[in-house]
Amino acid sequence: MKFGVVVFPGSNCDHDAYHVISKVLGQPVDFIWHKQTALGDYDAVILPGGFSYGDYLRAGALARFSPIMGAVREFAARGGFVLGICNGFQILCESGLLPGALMRNRGRRFLCQFVHVRVEATDTPFTQLYRKGQVLHLPIAHGEGNYYCDPGTLAELRRENRIIFRYCDAEGNVTEAANPNGSLDNIAGICNRERNVLGMMPHPERASEEILGSSDGRALFQSLALVLAAMTRE
Amino acid sequence: MRATVHVTLKRSVLDPQGQAIHQAVRTLGYEGIREIRQGKYFEIELEEGLSPERARALLERLAHEVLANPVLEEYWVEIEGDAR
Repeated sequence: MKFGVVVFPGSNCDHDAYHVISKVLGQPVDFIWHKQTALGDYDAVILPGGFSYGDYLRAGALARFSPIMGAVREFAARGGFVLGICNGFQILCESGLLPGALMRNRGRRFLCQFVHVRVEATDTPFTQLYRKGQVLHLPIAHGEGNYYCDPGTLAELRRENRIIFRYCDAEGNVTEAANPNGSLDNIAGICNRERNVLGMMPHPERASEEILGSSDGRALFQSLALVLAAMTRE
Repeated sequence: MRATVHVTLKRSVLDPQGQAIHQAVRTLGYEGIREIRQGKYFEIELEEGLSPERARALLERLAHEVLANPVLEEYWVEIEGDAR
């Protein structure tokens, strides 16, 4: 099993993701420079958080045209697991790998704080080790995390059970007050129809060890490793 | 040939920056301003010899694929000397 973390100019959570895979999971992982045009023999690819291309034009808009993204698209189409965190989620939306877009936060401020999110679906390779309805304590750090899509897309996401994380309060109630950025339907993370591509605004890689204030994000990476290990055995 | 592409958030999409500017403008005492919406504006220099039709098609595609995010934004293209 091998993980790859794509590095765009301006990525700044690439080392955090790398650290979790290598030190917390103890699995092999490489950095993949965005100028590469091919992906090696990776089983899972992470698009990390940060400010790729300085968020010029729109967050994630220019990273979408990086040479590596063609290979990421093919990898996703072949069923490869792709996880986009924060800026990675924005890139996935801009690339059309996930529907919708992430707009400026409703309150205009950059938000850097812990939030609660509820796990809405566990039938993805990323969330198998969680319980449905489980409340996670994860940090967010973004200026553009306000998820938006048209009503038809929202209906489709709901119907297909593709909303994977929702902002909630500590008890797991999805309320307007618990919505930090104005996201439609309190959406914090969604997946594609095939469920192999997940985008999320909260940072599980920054909450995978107790010393960082929460280890609730760790099970996401462990789920991925478990699914990959099972696939290798088959 | 010069062209401009304007990009703004769709009417149906909240524009918190525009609202903040509007609020500040009101605080400053400007009267008679009902709404401000913020957008982007691109100045584009086109190669000589491109027909206005080709230029328009090129810019519409550029705006749709790159300059605007059609999920959130709308755009319009103006080409100097082309009255459409």
